[in-house]
Amino acid sequence: MTTNTPTKSPEAAAVPPPGTASDTKRVPQGHRRLLTRRDRLTLGLMAGLPTILHVALVWVTALASIALAFTTWDGIGFDAIKWVGLDNFRELFTNNPQFWPAVEHNVVWFVVLILIPTPLGLFLAVQLDKKIRFSRVYQTAFFLPVVLSMAVIGFVWQLVYNPDTGLINSLIGANEPGKYIDWIGDPDLNLWAILIAASWRHTGYMMILYLAGLKGVDPALREASALDGAGEWQTFKNVIFPTLRPTNTIVLVVTIIEALRAFDLVFVFNKGAEGTELLSILVTNNIIGESSRIGYGSAIAVVLLLISLAVIIPYLVATFRKERRA
Amino acid sequence: MSTALAVKKRTPVRPARILLHVFLASMALAWLAPLLWAVYAALRPYSETSEKGYVSWPDTLTFENFTNAFTQSDMTHYFGNTMLIAVPAVLLTLFLSSMVAFYVSRFDFRVNLFLLLVFTAGNLLPQQVIITPLYRLYLLVDLPGITMSGKLYDSALGLVLIHVAFQSGFCAFVLSNYMKMLPHELTEAALVDGASVWRLYWQITLPLCKPAMAALATLLSIWIYNDFFWALVLISTGENMPITSALNNLSGQYFTDPNLIAAGALITAVPVLIVYFLLQRQFVSGLTLGANKG
Repeated sequence: MTTNTPTKSPEAAAVPPPGTASDTKRVPQGHRRLLTRRDRLTLGLMAGLPTILHVALVWVTALASIALAFTTWDGIGFDAIKWVGLDNFRELFTNNPQFWPAVEHNVVWFVVLILIPTPLGLFLAVQLDKKIRFSRVYQTAFFLPVVLSMAVIGFVWQLVYNPDTGLINSLIGANEPGKYIDWIGDPDLNLWAILIAASWRHTGYMMILYLAGLKGVDPALREASALDGAGEWQTFKNVIFPTLRPTNTIVLVVTIIEALRAFDLVFVFNKGAEGTELLSILVTNNIIGESSRIGYGSAIAVVLLLISLAVIIPYLVATFRKERRA
Repeated sequence: MSTALAVKKRTPVRPARILLHVFLASMALAWLAPLLWAVYAALRPYSETSEKGYVSWPDTLTFENFTNAFTQSDMTHYFGNTMLIAVPAVLLTLFLSSMVAFYVSRFDFRVNLFLLLVFTAGNLLPQQVIITPLYRLYLLVDLPGITMSGKLYDSALGLVLIHVAFQSGFCAFVLSNYMKMLPHELTEAALVDGASVWRLYWQITLPLCKPAMAALATLLSIWIYNDFFWALVLISTGENMPITSALNNLSGQYFTDPNLIAAGALITAVPVLIVYFLLQRQFVSGLTLGANKG
């Protein structure tokens, strides 16, 4: 069901076509020597224009975030930008009552996603991979939340959690004054309530990634293991899971990124009120809130950037290195 | 297809299988429960639920909330806004990223791995990392006469640009892997025959990439439709919001009537659900196309 052919053997193109290998070992030259001047110009534009757009809007702004993090600026006129060194970071780390809770919540977000919906998604994928009837129907149900926007998910779960009218409180009779359980407002509860909604979505996502990974497992491995008399769990543990390693790497990276990106759901739920602060919410509050503290907001963004790059760069370098070797 | 196979074989039904089906069916039902609950709430008049409570047997089930939400909050207008953003954004993203992919996969100019790295890493960043300078930049760029607001800020054009810039990373990555699979002789022969690079791209390479492009188009449409954050920050006039972000304002307006909000939220989910059910294969393959690496 997945068209994962294109990823099976990348770099097929790196093998020199017969007859063109005249200039000995300079394989990666490709078609280059056949190009006219006009072709070179076309190529330059084809690669250049998208790169300029991407770099200008994504990387220049990311660098600008770093630069602005060392300044204070009210956003009115460039003269007003003042260099303040590490002041923003100092204030952030020592004097912001929301910062450390936000870091903690981002970490909790990741830990919950990796410990509950991820194994559940894997479990469902293993079950659905067994050539059972209605497999597609089940898959559709589990995957449905992944196609919905986080905003819609937020509204749907509000109907479940609303203290007055929500499903849970209505069912357990906690919607009367005096017995209220405030799933959305109570700082001890709201993060967990939101994480249930987030896990609801994450499970389906992980299931699909693992299903794709399981399709790539050689059936002969399974048979060999069965012939050896291994049980279902042993086969999974000793044979299937180790071969899922590439998928596990992706799942880990995707889950970390999701935990760092978490925003929409919380914003729709309670705007990141006490108990649900996240780094992404703090950054945004410094732009669209009343007080526009550009330098300070950027300092929070830099923290987010550094954590993200610490994950993204090793992952991509490993991926591309493998590809080059292939 | 797996079901057809199972039927043909007529393997004797084992109790373990039945247990598995019971488990999966109840899990699937539990997964749909929040959505079904939203549908149920949206189908009931507010007066009835406020009187009898939400967990109660219905006296009347009507589509009134849906029609009210649709007309009162002028949803056609917001759907229009979304189309204005999503259609150009999807097309431009595919166009630009396929060009980069073509360059990277067919012409090994040494920078290609680096270029791909830049694009892919950019796509993985959280949006909030770049939002502060981006917001300032959008306020600074004056475009009198080109956008309604006279700036990049608060315009459909601004949203299209950031969607394209952000999403082209993922697409370039997927498409370059796809193009690397195409036989090298194909373009080599055409080049020897004197075809231009543009022809190579437009008439030879692109038509062969249709499956990957279709998968990516489905994925991108849903992602851009579902975007909440860019529009929340980069659009200031409520009137200019795309539907997903507009939902937030609507809920503020009608916060006293949860049934109406439920109906509104469900209406905004309809287009993605249609796309998903019609093009499920494309969507899933697009998602795993990029992820099946490592």
